[in-house]
This record gives sequence, structure tokens and C-alpha cells, in this order.
Amino acid sequence: MSENNGVNGNITFRTEGLTKDYVTGETVVQALRGVTLEIPKGDMVVLLGPSGSGKSTFLNIIGGLDSPTSGEVYFKKDKLSDYSEQQLTRFRRHNVGFVFQSYNLVPSLTAYENVALVTDIALDPIPPMEALKAVNLENRARHFPSQLSGGEQQRVAIARALAKRPEVLLCDEPTGALDSETGIVVLKALQEVNKNYGTTTIIITHNAAIADMADRVIYFGDGQVVDVKVNKNPVGPEEISW
Amino acid sequence: MIEALNKKLMRDLWRIKGQMLAIILVMACGISTFIMSFGVIDSLKLSQDVYYDRYQFADVFAQLQRAPQGIKQQVMDIPGVSAVEMRVVFGVTIQVDGMDEPATGKLISLPDGRTPLLNNLYLRRGRMLYPDEDGAILSSEAFADAHGFALGDRISMVINGHRQALKIVGIVLSPEYVYSLGPGALFPDDKRFGTFWMSQRSLEAAVDMDGAFNDISIRMDRGGNQENIKQELDIILKPYGGLISYGRDEQMSNWFVQNEMDQLRVMGYFAPVIFLCVAAFLVNVVMTRQVATQREQIGMLKAVGYTNGEISLHYLKMVLMVVVVGSILGVGTGVWLGAGMTNMYTQFFHFPILQFSFSAEVMIFSVLFCTVSAVIGTLTAIRAAAKLPPAEAMRPESPTHFRRTFLERMGLEKYFSHLFRIVIRHVERRPVRTLFSTVGIGLSMSILIFAFFMEDSINYMLEVQFDMAQREDISLGFVEPRSINALEEIRLLPGVLKVEPVRSVAVFLKFGHYAKRSSIMGLAPEPDLHRILDRDLRAARIPEQGLALSSKLAEVLHVKKGDILTVEVLEDRRPTLKIRVAEIVEEFIGLSAFMNIDQLNQHLNEGAVITGAFVMVDPLWNGPLFQKIKDIPAIASMNILKKAREIFRDIIGENILKMVAMNIIFASLISFGVIYNTARIALSERGRELASLRVLGLTRGEVAYILFGEMTIIILMAIPVGLGIGYLMVLGMAQSMDTELFRIPVIVDKDTYGLSVIIVIVSSVLSFYLVWRQVENIDLVSAQKGVE
Repeated sequence: MSENNGVNGNITFRTEGLTKDYVTGETVVQALRGVTLEIPKGDMVVLLGPSGSGKSTFLNIIGGLDSPTSGEVYFKKDKLSDYSEQQLTRFRRHNVGFVFQSYNLVPSLTAYENVALVTDIALDPIPPMEALKAVNLENRARHFPSQLSGGEQQRVAIARALAKRPEVLLCDEPTGALDSETGIVVLKALQEVNKNYGTTTIIITHNAAIADMADRVIYFGDGQVVDVKVNKNPVGPEEISW
Repeated sequence: MIEALNKKLMRDLWRIKGQMLAIILVMACGISTFIMSFGVIDSLKLSQDVYYDRYQFADVFAQLQRAPQGIKQQVMDIPGVSAVEMRVVFGVTIQVDGMDEPATGKLISLPDGRTPLLNNLYLRRGRMLYPDEDGAILSSEAFADAHGFALGDRISMVINGHRQALKIVGIVLSPEYVYSLGPGALFPDDKRFGTFWMSQRSLEAAVDMDGAFNDISIRMDRGGNQENIKQELDIILKPYGGLISYGRDEQMSNWFVQNEMDQLRVMGYFAPVIFLCVAAFLVNVVMTRQVATQREQIGMLKAVGYTNGEISLHYLKMVLMVVVVGSILGVGTGVWLGAGMTNMYTQFFHFPILQFSFSAEVMIFSVLFCTVSAVIGTLTAIRAAAKLPPAEAMRPESPTHFRRTFLERMGLEKYFSHLFRIVIRHVERRPVRTLFSTVGIGLSMSILIFAFFMEDSINYMLEVQFDMAQREDISLGFVEPRSINALEEIRLLPGVLKVEPVRSVAVFLKFGHYAKRSSIMGLAPEPDLHRILDRDLRAARIPEQGLALSSKLAEVLHVKKGDILTVEVLEDRRPTLKIRVAEIVEEFIGLSAFMNIDQLNQHLNEGAVITGAFVMVDPLWNGPLFQKIKDIPAIASMNILKKAREIFRDIIGENILKMVAMNIIFASLISFGVIYNTARIALSERGRELASLRVLGLTRGEVAYILFGEMTIIILMAIPVGLGIGYLMVLGMAQSMDTELFRIPVIVDKDTYGLSVIIVIVSSVLSFYLVWRQVENIDLVSAQKGVE
């Protein structure tokens, strides 16, 4: 990277004029129409917005799963939008933790092994057992996904995501498939990771109430950022009203 | 509504076209091998039946020294005999311009002024003989064609010591010589052996057989008892030097044709069963997966009111479409291969007409066989679709249950990486599929081993036969036994380096109620050219006392070393002897007995007599030597072993090469079909899991490791399975080819195993590559969405 682009050391992600078009047949869907944003290091960020507003597309692009049609994405000082396929894989491998709505655990591996699968390839991982402890699942370590409840599976997914000590944790509807009680347990786990490890955490949700626990809430609408609110006093998940 | 469902069917089929194509190819292999084998059998059988029937192929045959034609009535009086034909058959040497070595032939008498009652001739070109026609012959088509002889050409023959130039007036075929093997030859050689027919009166005159005959053929009444006829015939012919009579089953030409059909029949059942079982397995795997991915659609169809029957029929139709395409391809390929194979047989089998044809039954049966196997393969998949309650079907499947594998429970866990654990747990989770995949790939490997084995064992047989046993360059046969002094004369011929004597005598061997016609070959005590081999294939000494029997002859007679055999000599004074079995020796071709030549002559109460010689020749002198031999009337036959080997390599070798090529294609299709389908289905079942792993930062290589790791384990397991099945197939083949004429040694080179494994691995790599291209396209974003 020849230029510094004036990114200050406290910014994890910065995007400039990000657009994404999906071409299906003869129709072009503009999923993102020029998103310019900065996400500071260590923040707990919640992305809110209706379906099709571009949240997931945005998350996929900054997570290195998809590339923008135009515009630029910087991860710290590096221009992500110039990365090759291999560089993107390496970026995901070492810097990003993902948590999905549908958990996506490997069914043929135990909870412990699912975490270990990631620590095997990470540079400076947390031991898998410690990661499971962080989500209070140390006693379920030898269970296979089919033997775990939905909330437990999601917490394994979080443990798996945090075990590599990622710079960022990207969560797409992490509580979407869970009841409120289990959802709170999962969110608590995310908040603790954010606090204890200082991991920049970005959560997509449909549940506006979750915004109360964020440092920063970004509202998406029609492929653009509609509003950004900074929350001076985030609350704990147990205080959220669902 | 059904219209819409049919549209869905076509589109679904198109979506999994790669997998369906693999199944179609395997099915087509099954159908085509079936149609080819049974079509060729039908064609041979039809040609044979029509030929034998229209040209009065005889039922019983016998050769003798010389009998007056007056005994005909005695033979006719045997109950069950409906026609008798007595002939003169005489060996001749032939000189062909431009060919150094002499050819040999059989000259057969044709009755003057009437058509033969038995073994009639099919006239291909020219005309039949006029009554008492002198100086004219009919030539077998194979010999005439091999030398480019036309009607009117003259052939120079030495008949009973006199050279004659005989004019070819007709080119013919005989039901007795569909497969024509010269005396002492191992393979048919149309250039060096021919059959000819001559007016009976002319031939009788030429060979001093006026009013006599030395060959008799009999046709039985319907319901005649062949054993009785043979026994009574032997009694009548005994005073005239009759050799033991035999039926069609022992008639050389008929035996070869029959044997070929028997082998084709084995292959015709065996190969299609393998292919169609593999096809059924692949159909099962693909359709099970198809039903699984379409769970929600099935739920929806049921919810809107489709019956179980309609839904089952929908999936069945999908498979039937594949069967239809596979059948068309299979029938087409089968006809093509069958025509090619029939064409190949025309090189060996001389029928008036041999054309590939196959009956409707063969086609219907093969397609039915294929359909049934495919339907069986589909049934379990359809049952799952029918059983699914609609509400449940519309929910995504619950996560599959896994557990630690056997190996891990044994405590090997710590040695396995997490990626490897994914791999082996999948292998263990579906034991039936793993088993079938393993067996499927194993089968493809065994087909290759089988094909290469044919080559190995034939090479081995040739090596043993020509490099270790029959090391002479040429073998000579005399018209009649001669004094040992003849050996000295041969030694003086140009270019002769070494000569060994042989005394051959036709015998009937008996032990208890087992009996076999054979000949005893009297050899020098320590032969260097024509050797006999012990079971370790080392040159064996000819026992000083007693007989050395080939292992197959010993088996046929149920004798072991030390037993005393009854030997009925079928020549001259026809003594009956008791001789001890001193040694069992190894031989792949023929049923021989060996003995010390001096001892044999003593037993026969003859002086030092030989019937032929084995000769080693300086190849530079071949021309002059052969020229000389052509002029020696006492020599009835000459076999050039090197030529025999060349012919074998040219004809048989080429055909075996074709067969090997065909088997490589078949085996590659099977292994490709199994591996591609299994990997493709693994990718489909676990696409989302693999996509999530890619999102977590695993490289494509690591993801491929999981996907292909499973297949690699299956291929590794398939190797010993394939080698095992291959060896069993080889044993089975050797067993089915273990006949009195020749045996196939069970010899499989290490290279054969290696090459078979390599070919399977290459076709695996190709399948991996095709699936890998789909791994490259895994949609990472899809990982976050719900189930496919």
C-alpha cells in the first residue's frame, strides 16, 4: 500500500463510496449505493434496517466474502478491495470471526473440535477449552452439534469465532433463530468477548431493542447509510426489552 | 399439473446431468457387453447349426490305418447308424513360390460321381470336381486366400513321394474345418496349413489305397446311442489299425468353436452383472440424494394433494429416462462391438456366412435386466419420499448425528487432525454407501487386472512353451516311422546345428474306469531342444523307467506318481502294455505323456525307430534348408516355431490388445462413475458446511482435503478389495479355460496390479478435477443463508 489514506490507527474499517450491483438476467439490483463509513476499533456496532437494505451485503464485503462493484474498503491500513482471492482467505483466516444465524457448525465434529478446527489454523489462538469457557460451554465440549440445543450451538459458533483472537467479529442475525431467553445468553457472550478481548464486533439484527447494548448503531435503508447514532451508555443484554 | 411435474423432471435431470451421464455410461457398458456376447454366441450358433445341418456334418469320426471298403456294410449294420462315408485322408507337403518354408496340407478324397453323404463342401468359387477328374483339386478358402491363389492356379504338392502340380478348380469350405489347425501346430496358420479335396479314384491311385480307406465318418439316427456306435465301430476297425473313434465333442474344429461360445457365455453373464450392479448402486446414491434435496418440494407436492403414487412415479420416471438413454447407447455400442467381434472371429472360424445378428430376446432381456436393476436401485429412495409426512418434509432436515469412529474410540484420536476426523467420521457414518463405493471401485480395478492378466498369462505361456520347453527351431514329422539313421541325414542338411529324435505313438491310456486318448512321445534321455519341465519349470530328465505325464493328463486319468497305467498302443500290432507313472510334469498345451525313446521302442518291440526330429537351425541357412526339406518326400510335416509365435503375436496379440483397450475404457467408466458421483454427492450434501469452512478461513485446498479425503480413503480401501476380486476373477477364468487342449497359468505380474491401480487413480484424479471445479465455485455468501 503506497498511500496511507489518512486512516487513523483507531479505525478498524473504513469504506468510501461502496456500491454493489447484483445482475440477475436482465435486471440489476443495486444492493449498496455508495456507503461511506468508519468503524472504530473495539466498538460494539449494531446494523439495523429492513430486509434488502444492504446490511448483509455490507457485512459480506467487509468480511472478505464478496467484493464491491465500486468504491474502496480499508481494513486498518490495508485496501481490502484490492485483495486477491488468496489474500482474502488469509484475511478471513487471521482477522475475522463469523457468527451466522444458522450456526454452521461441522456436524461431524464435537463442540471442542469445531473450535479446534479454527485454532489449528490461527496464528495466536486462545486454547479451545478456554474459548468454550468464555461462552460457558466447557462441560459440553465433547458433544456433537446434534446433541446441543440451538443456543448452545450458537455459543459454540461464537467460541469458534473468538478463539482465533480476531480483530473483528461479524455476526449476521446471531439470535435470529433463538428464543429471547437463549438470545440473551448469546448476546451476553458477545458483549463479554467485546469487552474482555477488545474485539470490534458488528452485529446485524432485525431486533431494534438490541441496539441499546451497542456503542454505535448504524441504520441502513435502500442500500445507503441513513443514520449513525453513538450510544454513550450501552446497557447489558439482560436489561434489553425484547 | 402433471405437465408441470414433467417439466420439473426434465429440468432436475438437466441439473444433475453429469451424474446421470456417468450412470448412463455404466448402464450402456452393461447392456453393450450383454448384447455383444450373446449376439456373437447367437451368430456363431446360427452359422454353425445351419452349416452343420445343410452340409451334413458327421456325428462320429475315426481314423485307421487301412481297411477295405467292403467293411462298409458291417458299419452300416451298427444300430443307430444312418449314413457312412469312407475316405482317404493323406498328409502332403506343399511348395508355394515365394515362401521359403514348405507348407503342409491334408488331401481328402471326394466320392466320384456323387456328392458326399457327410461333411459336404460349400462351394465358394469355381466348380466341384468332375467324376474321376485328374490333376484337379478343390482348395480350402483360407489357404487360397492366404496365398492369393485364384481359380486355375496350380499348387505343387508332394503326394506320397511324388511331386504333382494340381490345378485349383474350386474354392471350398468344410464343416470339418471351421477352425483348422495343422498337425502339431498350436495356432491356426492358414499360410502353412491347408485342406484340399481330390477325386477319390485319383487319390487312391496316388497313395496306393485302391479300394481302401483310412478315415470314416458316421451320421447317427435321431435317438442313436453314440457310445454304442463308437464301441462297435472300434471293434470293427481294430484289425485295420483303427484309432479310437470320437464324437463331435472331440472333433477339433467343433471343440474350438464350442469352447469359444462357452467362454463368451461366461463373459456375457459376468460383465453385465458387474456393470448393472454398479449402475443400480449409483442410481440409488443419486436418487437418495435427489429426494433428500427435494424434501421441501415433496412436502409441498403432498400438501397440495399429489398422491404418494404420483410422487413415486415422478422419481421413477427420472430413472427410466436414464434407462432409456442408457439402453439406446448400450444397444448401439453392443451392436457395434458385436459386429467387430464377429469380424474378428472370421479370422479364425471359416463359416460360409458369419454375420453379426442378435435376437430381439437378447435386446429385450438386456434392457429389462438394466431396468430392473435401476428400479431396485431407486426403490429405497422412492420409499423415503413416499414415507415423508408433508409437514415434516417442509421443515429442514435435523443435523445429522455423528459419533467418534471406531479408530478414535480405540484411542488413536490424538493422532488425527480435526480435518481428518471430519473425513473418517463421514466414511464411518454411511457404512453401506462406503462399502458399495469401495466394492464398485474395486470391481473396476479387478476388470483391469483381469484384462492385463490375459496378456500376462499368454506371454508367460509363450515364454514357457517356446523359451523353456519347445526350444527347437523347427520340428519335422515323417510320413512313417524311420530308422534312427534318418537323424544323421537330417544333421547333414544345410544349417542344421543340432538334432534330437522323437518317437511318437498314438495310445489309449486307461486307469480304472478312466480312459484318455493321447500319444506317448519318446524323447532322448536328456533332451536339450524339446524339453519337459517339472512343476518348478526346471528342465526335467526323462525318467529311465516309466512315463512322465503332464499334470492335466494325470488329473484326467486320476493317477499319481507310482500308479500303473494300461497303455493300449493304437499302431501296428497294437500291444497292450502296463507302464508305471514315474513323473508328473508341467505343460500348458495338450495332454502329453513322455517316455525315454529307447524304452518306448523296446516296449513296442521295434528297433531304433523315430517318427520325427527336433532341429536347431542357423537362421542364415533357413532358405537353403527349407528348400531341401521341400524335396524330401519322407517328411510329412514341418513346424517352424518362431513363425508360430509370430502368428500368435500378430493375430491373438492384436485381439487381446483390443480387449485390453475395451476393458480399460469399461473400468475407467466404472471408477469414474463411482468416484465422480460419490464426490459430487458429498459436495451437494455438505456444500453449506464446506462454504462455512471457507468463510472461517479454510483454504480451497483444505476444503478439498475434506471432500476428497473421504474418497481417497475409499479408493485406498478399494485397492486391496480390487486386487482380491481381480485375483478371484483370474482364478475363475483360469478354471473355465482349464481344458484338455490348453491351460491358462494363473500368472499376474506385479506390473498388472500396479497398472490397474494407476488407471483407477488416474480416473479418480479426473473425477476429482471435475468436482474441484465446482468446489472453486462454492458461493461463500450462501453459507449464511438457510438450508439450500
